This record gives sequence, structure tokens and C-alpha cells, in this order.
Amino acid sequence: MSSSLRNQIGQLARRSVLRTLRQPAQIVPAIVFPLFLLAVNAGGLKDATNLPGFPTDSYLTFILAVPFIQGALFSVMNSGTDLARDIETGFLNRLALTPLRGAALLSGLLAGAFVLGVVQAVVYLSVGLIAGAELAAGAAGGLVLLILSVSITVAFGTIGLFAALRFGSGEAVQGLFPVFFVFLFLSAMALPLDLLTTDWFHAIASVNPVTYLLQAIRSLLIEGWNLGDLALGFGIAAAIGAIGMLAASSALKTRLVRT
Amino acid sequence: MSGATSTVGATHPPGVSTVARAVAWRSIHNFLTNPAFLVPSLLFPLFFFVSFAGGLAAIGDVPGFDFPSGYTAFQFVFVLLQSAAFGGVFTGFAMARDFESGFGRRYMLAAGHRSGIVVGYSLAALFRALVTWTVLTTVALIAGMEVGGSGGEIVALYALAVLVNVAATLWAAGVALRVRSIQGGPLMQFPTFLILFLAPVYVPLDLLSGWIHAIASINPVTALLEAGRGFISGDPVLVGAAFAIGVALSFLFALWARGGLRSAEAAG
Repeated sequence: MSSSLRNQIGQLARRSVLRTLRQPAQIVPAIVFPLFLLAVNAGGLKDATNLPGFPTDSYLTFILAVPFIQGALFSVMNSGTDLARDIETGFLNRLALTPLRGAALLSGLLAGAFVLGVVQAVVYLSVGLIAGAELAAGAAGGLVLLILSVSITVAFGTIGLFAALRFGSGEAVQGLFPVFFVFLFLSAMALPLDLLTTDWFHAIASVNPVTYLLQAIRSLLIEGWNLGDLALGFGIAAAIGAIGMLAASSALKTRLVRT
Repeated sequence: MSGATSTVGATHPPGVSTVARAVAWRSIHNFLTNPAFLVPSLLFPLFFFVSFAGGLAAIGDVPGFDFPSGYTAFQFVFVLLQSAAFGGVFTGFAMARDFESGFGRRYMLAAGHRSGIVVGYSLAALFRALVTWTVLTTVALIAGMEVGGSGGEIVALYALAVLVNVAATLWAAGVALRVRSIQGGPLMQFPTFLILFLAPVYVPLDLLSGWIHAIASINPVTALLEAGRGFISGDPVLVGAAFAIGVALSFLFALWARGGLRSAEAAG
């Protein structure tokens, strides 16, 4: 990477991080909302641990994986809305007049998602452990969990960038939120895959990548070290990130030609 | 709309029903013709229903869970009441957007009886909920939902949902008229979400324990849910309490919305 590109990414990353940190309206819901649902689900579905074959006797430990994915979904909204605002206010047009490279723009914009991802993961894990959840993989597993969580958050952030560049409107990006929530809802979010007794739901959850992201996080919390689940989780996060980045790069080219 | 327009142009200011019809007509028209409003209203409850009834079906096998009509019907009642509440909240969003764009001020200038504005939005919210319930009920029946209740009990279930819709609309209207900006959206949405999910959503109250049992026991939505589930299974419980709560909430939030209207009038 040339020093010029590093400098460009650094400048935009700094702006993206500051912008995220200066908007409590972005940070607070991304942390509070998943924690609220964690509390409600952990209390309301506690009896699910009585089902034969349930992998742990602590539903809190089982459901603790969900806030990490919900938090990542907020990253789609935050990164997308920020970029959409840059498009709506003409900031992207001004950037287009500079020799800034597309890769620098996209990477820099993901810095805000990265920082928010770190904050979210630390808060979710800390709150979960304080509330009594287990972390079977120990302290090193906690570190891997943070890295996995941030990888997922950044990967989802690329989809937000693509949506912003494709539609150019913050409202359109916000409108995608329910669409992404469908992926979470139609996964093994509340019960393990083999306890999903409705055939069609089991079939959908089996091909839904979110199921395997959840399983990777759960493996660290419940089992300890399951390298197969972890590799699958990191692989899916990398694939989503790569596809999102390619789509965003393509949309950026079109957007800059259009403007 | 033509009727309303001609009355606006007349010597006497339009009455409550004329204003209400005009406001409701416009709001319903916007709802039906804009996919950005229509689609989420229909899809959100369906996703909740599919996710809860499909993904959590095994919860019906938990020891102590003995709801006679099965887990699909158990969750249907929650999703029905939730869609009733969110039909009201989404209408509050529309109201806030109208006031933010200045259209609400034009309503205030044109309407002699301004309470008709709130009534109009409430009628639109009810229409919105009826559309959602039609789709939701159809999907639930296709999915094989068992209905143990009689015709009268099912009517009572939907009557309860109407009360929830009215109460939620008046709550959201009170916020929208005070904030007069779409930025007030989370204020309308979050408390509604909170009170709904702090009720026995996934299992009956008896199977809850700890802090969530304590909160659910005093949450008024619990009585609404239990009565609704009683109606669909043909074993009515807490009927009087549920309707009393529905009427009381509607009355309280009507006062709240009236205060909002005064606030909007004072703001000019």
C-alpha cells in the first residue's frame, strides 16, 4: 500500500470514527436495543433449556450470540446512512473532484463501523458475563469472539455502503433495516438448528448464513473451541465482506460517473 | 375528498366528521399508494409470526406448556395485538411527517374542529390495521392455525385488537403533535415495543420466572394477551379486565392526544 493511499484512508477513517462517536443517536440504539431484547429473550425463553437436546442449561449463554448479530445489523444502517448523507449533501461530489481513490473512500468509511463494532462487542460480552453467561473458551476465546464480532460488523457495513451508493438516499438505506432483520429472524436465533421442528423453517435456517455466524459465536460461549464452526463463521464474514466491497466498488464507479 | 373541499370553502367551518373523513381519506390513500408505507406494515407482522410460530414451535413441547390450540395460535394472538399497536405507531409517524413538512399546519388552519384531525388519523390507523389483520389471519389459517373459539369469541378477539389499535394511535398522536417531527419516531415506537415485549410473549405467565415474571404480572398487556389467547382457544379468561384495560388506555391516551393538539395549536 502506497503512503498516499494510506494517508487517504487515514483521513477518511478519522472523519468516519469522529462522526460515529459524535452521534449518540447512532451508538445508543445499537447498544441498548440488542441488550433489551437479550434481557427479554433470556427471561422469556428460559424454559427452552428443558427441551431434550438443548446444548446448555443457561439460555442467557445461548441467546448471548444474538446481540452480536443485531449490533452488526445496526452497522449496515449507520455506515449506509452516513455515506448516503454525504451523497445527499454533495460531499461525495466534492471528493470526486480530488484524486481520492475508491478503495480509500470505502475502507475509510468502514472505520466508523469498526470502532462501533469494537464498542458493541465489548459491551455485549461484558454485560452477558456480568449477568451470568458462560464463556467456555476462556479469556482467549473472548478475544476471538471480539475479533469475529468486529469482522461480522465490518462485513455487514460493506452492504450498507453498497446500499447508500446504489440508492443515494438515507431513507432508502433505513428502509433496508427490516429486510436484513428477516435474515436474523429466519435463522437458528432462538433455538438450535436441530430443535427447529417446523420443516420449512428448518430448511430456510439451514441455508441462512446468519445461522452459521450465530453457531460460530455460540461455539465459543457454550462448547469451547470448535475450529470447524469458527472457520465457517470467519469464512462467511469474509465472504459477505468481499461481496459487499465488490458491489460497493462497482456502485461507486457508477455513482461517480453519474455525478 | 371533494365533499370535504366543498365544505372547507363554505361559510361554516367543517365539522368533526367532515375533517376526520378528509384526513382519513388522505392518510389511507398515502398508505395504499406508497409501497414504502404499505409493505413494511404488512411484512413486519408476518415476519414476527413466521419467526415465532415457525422458529419456536418446539417451545410448545416445554413441560407445563398446555395451550389447547397449539403454539401457532398462541403466537398469532401476540402478533395480532402487536400489529394493532404498530398500526397506530406507524400512523403516528405519518402524522409527525405531515407536521414536519408543514401539511399539518394547513390541516390546523382549515379544520374548524381540530379534534377531527386526530379522529381522521385514528380511522386511517384502524384501516391500516384491518388490512394487516386480513393478510395475517389468512397466512395463519393457511399455516394450519387451530381455532378453538366460537364466532363470538373471535369477534371479541378482534374487538380487543381494535381497542389496542385506538390506544396506540392516540399515544403516537400525542407524541407526534408535541414533537411535530419524524425525529419523535423512537419516542412513539420504543415504549410501545417495550410494553409489548415485557408481557408473556413466548410462554404463558405461569412459565415465566424471575424479574420478567414480576414485570409481566403487573403489565396491562398481559391481561390483553391472556384474554386474546383465551378467546382463540375457546376458554375465555380475564375478559372484563382486558376490555376495561383497553377502554381505560384509550381514554387516557385520548387525553394525552388532546394535550398534544393544544400544544400544536399553541405552537402556531
